[in-house]
Amino acid sequence: MTATTTTRYTYADLPALMARMTGDEKHQPSATSTLDVLWTLYSRVLHVDPRNPEDPARDRFLLSKGHGPMAYYAVLAAHGFFPADWLDTFTGYGSKLGLHPDRALIPGVEISSGSLGHGLPMAVGLAMGLRTRRNPARTVVMTGDAEFDEGSNHEALVIAGAHELDLLTAVVIDNQSSTHGWPGGIARRFSVEGWATETVDGRDHDEIARALTGDHPQRPLAVVAVIEPKG
Amino acid sequence: MRSRFAAVTSRLMDDHENIAVVLADISISHFAAAARRHPHRVVNVGIREQAMIGAAAGMALAGLRPIAHTYTPFLIERPFEQVKLDLGHQELGAILVSVGASYDETGYGYTHHAPGDVALLDTLPGWTVHIPGHPDEVESFLRIAALNNNRVYIRLSAHTNDKPHARPDGQFTLLRSGSGATVVAVGPMLERVLAATADLDVTVLYAPTVRPFDAATLRYVLAEPAVVLVEPYLRGTSASKVSEALSDLPHRLLALGTPEHTARLYGSPSDHDIEYGLDVAGLRARISSFAARSDAPSAVR
Repeated sequence: MTATTTTRYTYADLPALMARMTGDEKHQPSATSTLDVLWTLYSRVLHVDPRNPEDPARDRFLLSKGHGPMAYYAVLAAHGFFPADWLDTFTGYGSKLGLHPDRALIPGVEISSGSLGHGLPMAVGLAMGLRTRRNPARTVVMTGDAEFDEGSNHEALVIAGAHELDLLTAVVIDNQSSTHGWPGGIARRFSVEGWATETVDGRDHDEIARALTGDHPQRPLAVVAVIEPKG
Repeated sequence: MRSRFAAVTSRLMDDHENIAVVLADISISHFAAAARRHPHRVVNVGIREQAMIGAAAGMALAGLRPIAHTYTPFLIERPFEQVKLDLGHQELGAILVSVGASYDETGYGYTHHAPGDVALLDTLPGWTVHIPGHPDEVESFLRIAALNNNRVYIRLSAHTNDKPHARPDGQFTLLRSGSGATVVAVGPMLERVLAATADLDVTVLYAPTVRPFDAATLRYVLAEPAVVLVEPYLRGTSASKVSEALSDLPHRLLALGTPEHTARLYGSPSDHDIEYGLDVAGLRARISSFAARSDAPSAVR
């Protein structure tokens, strides 16, 4: 797949864009953990157009892991969904950019997130709805491995497997921060419910893109992007 | 009411390609035929109520008009954060239809009772709340809701009134005019209120739609500033609405309804009605006592 976004920014510009929100302080792990997958999604995978963010044919990206959205905001700004100047207002009174993204305020943001365990169930319904409407757009939802502590995710992933939602992809950023861990790996939790799974280096753009664009007929896809453990 | 809900919803699905039903293992047989005709638009998620609301929200994101349905406590209370965030915070529309009311299933005990559902929804903005008292009203509310894109809660009950009285515009219906207090009977409480007040000089308003609350009609019919609320859920749920409507008037209010925690009784719903003073005799005793204490000499229209 090719993305429809264009940008005058490169991956190398992202630290500077994020610094406009956080200053010189070290970026929070929750923000940097998602950076490479987000960049790969928006630059190489998703069919989205910042000039037409409501296009019915667009792929849908749902950031369920709404904590630490600086990387998300930087990537959206880099791809032209909103002016980079907005980053300077981060969390200020009247800013559109809070500590959790709000779909009512930010172009290109599909869901307002923050409370964990909501994105995957909504993504399941969205994928079902798009299929019902014969819309071939993909639905991609990003979660974290610790977010899977929330039981609502386990309700949803069973439904997705049973309904063979092959246009649904879940990306799990795995920084091994789940309180009690996932014996056998988080991918196993998906595979037993009928999902196709890929486990990749969450910093390797080529590997991430390959996993996100592979065939998985009649099965939803879970891509576990493993990164350095949360410190 | 449940059968009418399923029949009307199934017909609406035939006529409108955007309507989808999300179930959580309840009322499956009622939708079996619709599921055969519309396999992608009748979805049983199993006993997964959080995912039921989340999936309904996702369907709304895709442009569908989802109807989610199960027992009251599992529709409103268990997935309340999903109702709050996946629907409300996302600014998405959906129709939630419950069965079981406050204590229709008395044999199951408090785990299956939900007297606080409307009060909980009152903490969220933008909900239209219907408490139908007759199957015809269920159909009317559903047909209107299906054509809109708002957030609608329809609370079904095993109790029904003899006749439908709902107005399609959501305004309260004036059923009896008197010179004393005004009694607001919500949904399936109506028949009991009419019987309990048959020889009392009171006004009776029927309220099958409680949100938005029709303050204008209440204000218009008020003969004296004394109001009795008779709600089939947590007593006083609409008390603040009455107070807002009459904020410029000294007024009296009697709020009747269920307690926060239903009694540890089984038996029948009628047994519970008696326990909470919501049977005809209990209502008559409390309404007549309240109405007899009239101290407002002048009309307020």
